[in-house]
Parts: sequence; C-alpha cells; structure tokens
Amino acid sequence: MNLSTWLRGSLAVALFLGSALLSAAAPPSLPDVILATTTSTQDSGLLDELIPRFEQQTGYRVKTIAVGSGQAMAMGKRGEADVLLVHSPEAEQTLVAEGSGINRRIVMHNDFVLVGPPSDPAGIVKHTAVESFQCIAAAKSLFLSRGDNSGTHAQELRLWKAAGVAFERQAWYQQTGQGMGQTLAIVAEKKAYTLSDRGTFLALQKKLGLAVLHEGDPSLRNVYHVIEVNPARFPKVNAAGARAFADFMVSKPVQAWVKEFGISLYGSPLFFPDAEVPK
Amino acid sequence: MDLIWEGLRKALELLLTLDPEVLRITLLSLKVSGIATLLSVLLGLGIAVLVALNEFPGKRLAIALANTGMGLPPVVVGLFVTVFLWRNGPLGFLGLLYTPAAIILAQAVIATPIIAGLGIAALQHLPPGLRLQILALGATRTQMVWLLLKEARLPLLAAVMAGFGGVISEVGASIMVGGNLKGSTRVLTTATVMETSRGNFDVAFALSFILLVLAFSVNALLTHLQQRSRPR
Repeated sequence: MNLSTWLRGSLAVALFLGSALLSAAAPPSLPDVILATTTSTQDSGLLDELIPRFEQQTGYRVKTIAVGSGQAMAMGKRGEADVLLVHSPEAEQTLVAEGSGINRRIVMHNDFVLVGPPSDPAGIVKHTAVESFQCIAAAKSLFLSRGDNSGTHAQELRLWKAAGVAFERQAWYQQTGQGMGQTLAIVAEKKAYTLSDRGTFLALQKKLGLAVLHEGDPSLRNVYHVIEVNPARFPKVNAAGARAFADFMVSKPVQAWVKEFGISLYGSPLFFPDAEVPK
Repeated sequence: MDLIWEGLRKALELLLTLDPEVLRITLLSLKVSGIATLLSVLLGLGIAVLVALNEFPGKRLAIALANTGMGLPPVVVGLFVTVFLWRNGPLGFLGLLYTPAAIILAQAVIATPIIAGLGIAALQHLPPGLRLQILALGATRTQMVWLLLKEARLPLLAAVMAGFGGVISEVGASIMVGGNLKGSTRVLTTATVMETSRGNFDVAFALSFILLVLAFSVNALLTHLQQRSRPR
C-alpha cells in the first residue's frame, strides 16, 4: 500500500467518524447522570421507554437507581445522585428548604388506590379514604404497609394519622419493608389490604386477584416532582446533566407521551402529565 | 406449579432465540463472578498459605476471622462498598460505583474469606511431616508451597467452587453497588429480583433456570478438573 492510498483511506475514515459525531448530539463532558427514583417509575416500565430517548437525544448516560423515595432523597441529601424523580411532597419540600435540592418541578401525577380482597371483609367500599382506614382498624383486618420510607409509605402514614387510630404494634398491621410490586404479591397471598400507587397496581393487576376498593379521593393524589441536586452544595454533582434530564421530563413531547403511556397495555393511562408548559 | 413449567419453557425460548438482553446479562454474570472468583483465589490462597504455614501470635484469631468471613452477608458487604465508592466517599475519585468493576470488588470481598477459610483448613489437613519431607529433599520454600497446594488440590478446588457459588448467587451486594442498570450492571440475580417485583414471574423463573444451568456448567468444569487430577 503506498502513501497516497493510505492517506486517502485515513481521510475517508476521519470524514466518516466526523460526520458520525456531528449527526449525534455532541457528547457532554460529564456523560453519566445518576437518577435516583422510586420503584414505581421503574416497575411500571415508564423509565424503560423514556431513558433511551433521553440518552439518544442528549448523549448523556443515565444510571437509574430505583429505590424508595426515602432512599432516593437520602442519596440527594448526600450529593450521591444528580437528579431525583420522587413522590413524597413533604419530604421534598424539606429537602429543598434545607438547600440540598433546587428547581423542584412538577412532572405528573397518578393516584393511590386502596386495594384488598374482592370480598372486602372490613367493608370499606363506599367510605372515604380516612373512614376506610378506620374500618380496617375496627375490623382488625390485616393491613400490609410498605414500611420503607417510600412516598407510598409516607402517604399511608398521613392517612393513619388523619384516621386517628392506633396502628403501630397492632397484630393486624404488618410491614413488608419491600417495594410496591413485592408488597402487592404478599398482600394478594395473605388476602390483606394495602395502599398502592395506581401505576404499579394496574401493571400487576392480572396476576394478583385483588380489587380496588377505594379510589378517587382528593387525599389520594400521588404527585411526582423532579428535583435537581444542588451543585453549589455538592460540587461533584453533574449539574448540566441533571438540568437536561429535568428539562426533558417536563418538555412538551415527553408530557404528551406520558399521557398515552400504558393505555395500549392496561386500558388506561398510568400517569397524568402535570408540567406547566413553559411560555 | 404451572409457573415453573412456564418458566422452563420461557428459559428455553430465551436461550434458543439467543435473546440479546438475556445473553448479555448471562455473560456479564459469568464475567463478573468469574473475575471476582479469580481475584479471590489469588488473595484467599495467599492468605491461606500465610496463615496455615506460619506460626505467629494471634493465628487462631486470624483463622476465626477468616471462618467468620465465610458467612459475611452480601448486603453488609454491599453497604460498606457503596459507602466507600460514593463520589464523596474515600474511594469516590475512582468513579467505580454503579459499574461492573464495583460488583467485582464487592464479590471479591465476599469470596476471599470463603476461599481463605476453606484453604486454611485444606492446608492444615495435610500430614504435618510432609513439609519437612519436601524441605529435606532440597526444595526451596516456593517449591514447597507449590507442592503443598498441589497436594491439597482436591479440597482447594472445593474452596474455589464454594467461592464461585457464593458470588454467582448473591444479589444483595450486586444490586447495591451495581444499581441493576440495564445494559451495564444488570446480572442474572438482580434481573430476577426486578422481574419478580414487576410480577413477570415467568421471566423470573426463566432467569433462575439460566442461573442454575450456568452455575452447574462452571461447577461441572471445576469438578472435572478436581476429579481428573485426584491423587490415586
């Protein structure tokens, strides 16, 4: 091979690589973004579809750590995540107020549902959410709690508090300490009651034999926010990547897509978009 | 019961159609646990030789520690390794958290005491006069250690199998330090946990069967090595 063919060859390779690079988004200098989120966004399959789109559009690589909202926020508080997608409003406000999180924006909501055996031994049908909890306590029907500081667990504790009944250390109140999917499987096996987010319940419904016994109460709204971890406090945070992901989640196309997600599989949407459209 | 058959069918289907995701997960499991076992063999056998063939104060304590380490719960290891690898932690500058390397590290921590503990027992079980005999025949210390390891190869290979079995099957550490990231740190055990929590029991069973077949294949190979070279 003489020099000119070699030169021509390498020029072609360089051009090819150059055009390939230009056609993709310019790779960011800090490519890895750690997203700490709740199990519901992963177990429902939402992130499986959204993350590859985001990665393709921006060139970032997302490391999705799906844990309870409690652990996700603990990671944010230590600067061990870049961006959070969580649903525990009170804890989120604390996180932002104490300066670990910034730019908290609403993304979407779905709602919690009270599920239990279709025979409904505690007779909670036709009651409000708070009354339902009182019925369960009065009937001493088995109630399984997530017990994992997740957003769902926090919501459940709020409802117990509003119901004003003693539930701790009661024989009929047990904690699984596991994610929603696993907890629902145990609930189905033990014919118990539990509070679930609608997304996970719909996704698992066919395999469970449980019924939604209470829904639609305004106190059962389940709101997801995206929060960026404060780079001023934690210098190692990938601030640009976090912002890009948060912007992506509230962007018009993603919001429109969220609205449709789940309809074909479960007959109804799993999440309802809420982001305020930027002017 | 029907779920188990369904799982078996699904496992065959996933394997026969060479499902790329399943193949990747399976190969990653093999790679990660294989490298971790290899590291643990080097470290664990080193510790076993040092402890078994030397007399020093605190020897019994060292053996007791190695034996306790054989029961190290993977989640505890996972928790420690996670905190060390956090980007604000002491080893954060390495940027290893949520990479396969982090899983290898955690699994090596789990398997090393297993191989060290069983290795110590294997070497101590050799006839006490053997060392003197070898040295009397003019062997160097290195040659002596090598001959002793060869003599104990049967229980030592059993130690390696125990170490590999310990890490290929653990999930607590892998999910914590790896994060179960699709296409990057998802291994058979973490994928099984995830599919179970998603209610995809058939896929979970399928992955379980693949894990069992993988563990069997590796152990069959090691057993073959072990039995072939059995002293007659």
